Amino acid sequence: MSIQEVNRTHSGVGSGDVEPVVEMVTLTIDGFEVTVPKGTLVIRAAERLGIQIPRFCDHPLLDPVGACRQCLVEIEVNGRKMPKPQASCTIPVEPGMVVNTQLTSAVADKAQQGVMELLLINHPLDCPVCDKGGECPLQNQAMSNGRGESRYEGKKRTFEKPINISSQVLLDRERCILCARCTRFSDQIAGDPFITLNERGALQQVGIYEKEPFESYFSGNTVQICPVGALTGASYRFRARPFDLISTPSACEHCASGCDMRSDVRRGKTLRRLAGDDAAVNEEWNCDKGRWAFKYAHHNRITAPMVRDESGELREASWPEALAIAAEGLSVNRSAALTGGRVTVEDAYGYAKFARIALRTNNIDFRARFNSDEEREFLATLPTNSVKYSDIDKADQVVLLAFEPEEESPIIFLRIFKQVRKRSLKVVAIAPFTSRGNAKLGAEVIKNVGSESAEIASLALTSKSVILVGERLAEIAGALSSARALAEKSGAKLAWIPRRAGERGALEAGAIGNLLPGGRPVKDPAARVDLQTAWSVDSIPSEPGLGTDQILEALHRGDIEALLVGGVDPFDISRDAIEGLKKAFVVSLEMRHSALTDIADVVLPVAAVVEKSGSFIDWQGSRRSFEAAVSDSLQRSDLRVLSMLAEEMRRPIHLPTVAVASKEIATLGKWDGNAAVFAPHAAIAPKVPSENQALLTSWRNLLDEGTLQSSEPNLAGTAKRSECVISADRAERLGVADGDLIRISNEIGSITLPVRIGDIDFRAIWIPRNSKGSRPLVELGSATHTLVTVVRA
Amino acid sequence: MSALTPVLSAFWDQKDSFTIVGYKRNGGYQAVEKALSMEPDAIIQLVKDSGLRGRGGAGFPTGMKWGFIPQGDNKEHYLVVNADESEPGTCKDTPLLLANPHVLIEGVIIASYAIRANHAFIYIRGEVTHVIRRVQQAIEDAYKDGLLGKNIRGKGFDLELLLHVGAGAYICGEETALLDSLEGFRGQPRLRPPFPAIAGLYARPTVVNNVESIASVPSIIDKGAEWFASMGTEKSKGYTLYSLSGHVKNPGQFEAPLGITLRELIDMAGGIRAGHRLKFWTPGGSSTPMFTDAHLDTPLDYEGVAAAGSTLGTKALQIFDDTTCVVRAVLRWTEFYKHESCGKCTPCREGTWWLVQALKNLENGEGKPEDLDKLLDLCDNIMGRSFCAFADGAASPIISSLQYFRDEYLEHLSTGGCPFDPAASTLFEGVGVR
Repeated sequence: MSIQEVNRTHSGVGSGDVEPVVEMVTLTIDGFEVTVPKGTLVIRAAERLGIQIPRFCDHPLLDPVGACRQCLVEIEVNGRKMPKPQASCTIPVEPGMVVNTQLTSAVADKAQQGVMELLLINHPLDCPVCDKGGECPLQNQAMSNGRGESRYEGKKRTFEKPINISSQVLLDRERCILCARCTRFSDQIAGDPFITLNERGALQQVGIYEKEPFESYFSGNTVQICPVGALTGASYRFRARPFDLISTPSACEHCASGCDMRSDVRRGKTLRRLAGDDAAVNEEWNCDKGRWAFKYAHHNRITAPMVRDESGELREASWPEALAIAAEGLSVNRSAALTGGRVTVEDAYGYAKFARIALRTNNIDFRARFNSDEEREFLATLPTNSVKYSDIDKADQVVLLAFEPEEESPIIFLRIFKQVRKRSLKVVAIAPFTSRGNAKLGAEVIKNVGSESAEIASLALTSKSVILVGERLAEIAGALSSARALAEKSGAKLAWIPRRAGERGALEAGAIGNLLPGGRPVKDPAARVDLQTAWSVDSIPSEPGLGTDQILEALHRGDIEALLVGGVDPFDISRDAIEGLKKAFVVSLEMRHSALTDIADVVLPVAAVVEKSGSFIDWQGSRRSFEAAVSDSLQRSDLRVLSMLAEEMRRPIHLPTVAVASKEIATLGKWDGNAAVFAPHAAIAPKVPSENQALLTSWRNLLDEGTLQSSEPNLAGTAKRSECVISADRAERLGVADGDLIRISNEIGSITLPVRIGDIDFRAIWIPRNSKGSRPLVELGSATHTLVTVVRA
Repeated sequence: MSALTPVLSAFWDQKDSFTIVGYKRNGGYQAVEKALSMEPDAIIQLVKDSGLRGRGGAGFPTGMKWGFIPQGDNKEHYLVVNADESEPGTCKDTPLLLANPHVLIEGVIIASYAIRANHAFIYIRGEVTHVIRRVQQAIEDAYKDGLLGKNIRGKGFDLELLLHVGAGAYICGEETALLDSLEGFRGQPRLRPPFPAIAGLYARPTVVNNVESIASVPSIIDKGAEWFASMGTEKSKGYTLYSLSGHVKNPGQFEAPLGITLRELIDMAGGIRAGHRLKFWTPGGSSTPMFTDAHLDTPLDYEGVAAAGSTLGTKALQIFDDTTCVVRAVLRWTEFYKHESCGKCTPCREGTWWLVQALKNLENGEGKPEDLDKLLDLCDNIMGRSFCAFADGAASPIISSLQYFRDEYLEHLSTGGCPFDPAASTLFEGVGVR
């Protein structure tokens, strides 16, 4: 952690809340006075003066342990020198303390050199082949605080190398200096104590328990914080040397948590991604999906435009030819655009502007998933006082509505877990059963499938409470209305958390039928005039556009003739969306060959996130911009392609670059006129299952069959196995035990899965939504709150 | 000339000394009756007044330790007895528990009452099966007698006493590692603060005391602080168990006032092995810097031993005569420390790994005289640099042996091997075929 980071951690919060006065302590380090908040560790206070004390086990976000002894300094308290050098990572500052580090104390310097020499006696000299070589704290600090040559002439301890502690993390035990950062991270930060130190003495080693494998969603962080090359990522091992990589700060494109990231590229190829430092968001962590799911951009790519010829086959075409055919096909009266939830803010803005100017319609929706009018109205009237991560830190309780943080927005999970661990933060969840994530949070889980709206209404909250509304709450009619009412009644803060990284940005960019960019209501004439002026166009369509489902129905009926599609998997929307798409003229902007490009009339290749610049807006409403990590990519962003296409249609949108779009979005600003009014929707009566029936529930596990996780088998190796959660009494009725197979079916199809008995609502069952052998939307036509028949398979 | 003052060991020669009947016949469990009629704070004061200091090695005043337990905090308090005796040479708690387990139980009841603990634990070394059985039986007998459990002796005091058998790790004698082990974790020392008195077992205020410390309490209650303080020296009061082992004629436990000298103790033990003379000895187990025959008249109390450059430790007096190779003895101890290093911190874990190899080379006569300076420098990088005090114990015998016997190390190097006959130091010397 850098010194800036330290300052950020301690700087006051900008909100109007009155922060408790922090007691300050003044001490002297190497002759310099420094004043720091009470409780600060000596090693941290020294950082403030720019004094770097060498360290390995110390990590500012983990509890002190004092194991490596590298940070020994001399300390004098009340004029009395402590008899032994002290580990500065474990000693809090005291008024008048006098600290002498290696810079001013020969004893401290010798102690540090001594520890360094000891650390190296059993460490192999394999730096030339070690992944960490070149960015290794041991290597660096051995140079700065150690001797050039070892006096050790004995035998080094050796181990068989490496061993897999999971499919994605490898352990070279002889390199390990036993700092316990990885085990402490897994226990204290992730709540997954699946690795521990075993054995003793020099044979001590990090180990796993075979019955509880190291299948933590956050395991990659252990690789990143390992101060030596003991833990390496299976996908990166031996792929590159750090000094051959070009690093670019980037933003994670997976979920709405909003992680700061770093992409490391060598010769045009992303070789690894690391968690960046953002104390206000992901601190220094990320999830394994964010870290390791990036190879989708390396395989199955579309590299040239394609058009469908007379025989119905897709063939490669030149850009001018493809653009001409696309422009002609889209120049019809009735058209629409589906953007998907993964595009950047700038790209979404391009789609929003393209729809209004080039397609002359408000038929645009970013929701490639369940979508309802209630949700669209809810989103159009989202409270503007955005909830932040820091609100979780201060909340008296956090309510999770149809939201599984560990699966759907893992960094929010980490933040809640931090507060649960630190101050026993109360967590209440409305969910069909207690997931592992919610169990770790100690959440009180209200299980009443079908009656969620009533349960929401009966929650007692205060103005210090935080309501986190998952995107899935929209799937329960009336529930979003209940959540809003609850927030209004209690004064609690409400945040909407979409699953995909681009949804919040697309909403703000106007890639939805009832809102223009900046949250301007389509129906508001003043809002339209505002935009007409900014865009220098004569008119903006005044009728709210269709939502995703309505667009698909119109396609089925033949009411829409042409469709522009961004990154959308039609099977995320519905089982038969693809049939409607086949009937229209489809222009697809895509990275990879997919079910959609198979039926598209024109396919225009676009850049992956690492190949372009842009920004994402996270669940807090905070924007994170990034530059292209692959600087010499020949791929064009969606925005650039849309701009070319609009030119070809002679209805230009004037957005040649991301920078131009970004500036235009900023100039437009947010709508400050009258906000739309939200009219609550009523709940519907729950369906009542008969004896052998159940209400199906589901969500997507973090690691599943998602498109952006493809081509990464090591990551997939730690995914949860597909299981159906049923209640104990249902298991008894069916005569099944854990692991036995059951069949879930309806008139459309069936799914067969092994059973896991859980504390689920007796009327319900749960299955993963997009995992191996479990894709209910495709197999059963519905993913949730639908009646299914459950029998022993 | 000091005389023996048998208190804890007074009745060890009786056949049934370990039974509740035998213990009571000799006046056992009378102190409990007396203590339960006293105010708990008065007991703490009495123990403070007696000057009793921890017999586990560090010599911290026992009454003061009890006084650190916050009172009226509405939290559970715990008493934990450290019976994980594992220091090479230390052998006082094991015979005490074998011969007189009830004196410990009586002490536990009184100490728990004083610190307001309703749960007490004895953490005992797993290897001493026979002792475990006796202590377990003694606990059961005490329960049957109403000395443990609910409403002890009708005085409204409840106490549950549990015997926990460790899995055999030297580190678990370190009090915080012991607590981790007792909680079911791997035994590794904890970061302090918080100290056990504030957050010990299960993060509750906890007193951790050595067996002998607690076992000394009933006699103090019974006979008073003044009686106890009348023995020993100015700052080291009372009687204690000295364990003589090695090359003396009659090794064993000698219960005497603090401040007695080794010369006196050796006399009591019948002298050094016939035909030999004292070469070196440890005042308190292998981790205390060794002494030589120059220290025969050093008073064996906390201050006297410290002034001579060592520590009283566990009063485990290991006696080595002139047949013993000091390099070899130190190597054996170092091998023990390497084997027992818990691995948590670098100096101990890596340092003992290196030390063993360095000492093996020296014992084999390999190396240069400068290697002795390197060895000392290495010890300097281990001593006082580790997480807990155990690495200091590993470095101590090496540093002190080099202080007194540097020439013997050099002799190894000049002769290219060990100048001693290892069989000569054994008790079976001359018996059978080598």
